[in-house]
Amino acid sequence: MRRLKKILFYFILTIAALTFLYPFYWMIVASLTPEENIGNLSLVPQGLTFDHYSDMVEKIPIWRALFNSLLVATISTFGVLVFGSMTGYALAKMRFKGRNLLFFTIIFTMTLPFQITLIPNYIIMVNFKWVDTLAALIVPALNSAFAILLFRQAFLTIPDDLIHAARVDGCGDLRIIFQILWPNILPSLITVGILTFMTSWNDVLWPLIVIRQEELMTMPQLVTLFAVGGRSEAQLGVKLASAVLLALPIIIAYIFLQKYFIQSMASSGIKA
Amino acid sequence: MKAFWNKISPYLIISPYIIHLGLFVLFPVIFSIVLVLHKWNIISPMEYVGLDNFQRLFSDRLFWKALWNTFIFILVHIPLQIVIALFLAYFLNEKILARSFFRAAFFMPVVISGVVITILWQQLYGLESGVINRMLISLGLNRVEWLSNPNIAMISIAIMATWKNVGLYVILFLVGLQTVPRSYYEAAEVEGASAWQQFRYITIPAINPTIFMVVILSTIGGFSLFIEPYIMTDGGPLNSTLSAMLYIYKQAFGYYHMGYSATLSIFFAIIIMGVVVVQKIFVENEEH
Repeated sequence: MRRLKKILFYFILTIAALTFLYPFYWMIVASLTPEENIGNLSLVPQGLTFDHYSDMVEKIPIWRALFNSLLVATISTFGVLVFGSMTGYALAKMRFKGRNLLFFTIIFTMTLPFQITLIPNYIIMVNFKWVDTLAALIVPALNSAFAILLFRQAFLTIPDDLIHAARVDGCGDLRIIFQILWPNILPSLITVGILTFMTSWNDVLWPLIVIRQEELMTMPQLVTLFAVGGRSEAQLGVKLASAVLLALPIIIAYIFLQKYFIQSMASSGIKA
Repeated sequence: MKAFWNKISPYLIISPYIIHLGLFVLFPVIFSIVLVLHKWNIISPMEYVGLDNFQRLFSDRLFWKALWNTFIFILVHIPLQIVIALFLAYFLNEKILARSFFRAAFFMPVVISGVVITILWQQLYGLESGVINRMLISLGLNRVEWLSNPNIAMISIAIMATWKNVGLYVILFLVGLQTVPRSYYEAAEVEGASAWQQFRYITIPAINPTIFMVVILSTIGGFSLFIEPYIMTDGGPLNSTLSAMLYIYKQAFGYYHMGYSATLSIFFAIIIMGVVVVQKIFVENEEH
């Protein structure tokens, strides 16, 4: 009876795992299969071909988009880590007038649905003449209320003595934050880093709004417009190839860092 | 001099955030209220129209349609997520080998771009050659018009969104389940409590906060739903998948109705905040 139950458990879990993994596998196989055979369900490509990939590279500047996405995500993540820990440090360890007001303002901005600021932010971009520049993708993403609160929480657990000792040694606040405290809050840095990078990498609504020029598009944006526009000429294989290329960097990162991915996402869920 | 520096250094350290906050959050909030009272296409000067945008909103058939569609989405999405996530978390909570593999597998779609998921599912949902319909036919069933039937299309999108997000809730439910000591169930068993009673009086209280979180996040997700209908259906057929966010996007960047799209944004945002507040009150009442 117990063994039967165990077998049933593994059976159900395996079916569930396949439900989540098989579609990705199908997508990769289909992207390597000649167009006329894609419809056939098979576990290996029937007539292996890389034509879809070479077609896609010819039709859209996908490498340029990959570069743009990497650049935008890297700088945004760096900004969120640096500015987030500065503000989080001030909230946790410094005394100044308006600290509580700042704290509650940050909490208020977190409860604010992004829909409210979306249209005005677009108008700001128009007025700054930032439409069709990477600045429009990077600058608004340089701060995150969630990151600030997480860093504040992390700094609160660090004893004041550590900071006093550093100050006696002549360290300024910035050196204290980045040289003394950062090594002590690595888990928070990893969490914020992964979340920010992923959010930036996967965002597509904002790029669709502020970038029109193909050379400046991010990867999800370019792939989206390729899929909905006429340029993939309704060819399934090419569309799927572009989707595979978009998914690949995150899949690879996920395979190596899955523990951190899961922890980060779970903690961002709990914050709500 | 030193005392002066000590006084202003906190403000220097928060200044990058303060500038950012003012420019990209506080100013936009105020500006969106200004926009609501105006008609503006960005190019010509703003025209003050009072409360016309609100009047227009209440008589706008597509606004109500988008609200209704979002409601349908949430209505399908929330129960599906709770049931499936709880089901999978329950199995993962047993002593099993390779738990971290299963966990990682369920979580995979959560980290992958919605663009990839949507392009993929558009093929899975295909009428003739889609993988799902082929499977249905090989099982001797009829094919389903996943994306071309206006009564089904939004439900199809909700199913896809569930597939994408459910892994996150599996993890969160698992955390909730693991807070319950096994001895509780053993004690309940000794007392002769049925499986349902154990579930109702031990499991449910432990995962209540997670259920609350699923409801909040799915509501926000429903009102933010954009890329899925944008790629799959462009809001069709017959506007049956026109989501709130897609409608804002079309009004703003298709027709350049800045005032009206800001009005839509504020309205949907108020609904989101209202839902969150009501649920918070509801949960707090439960606890007392």
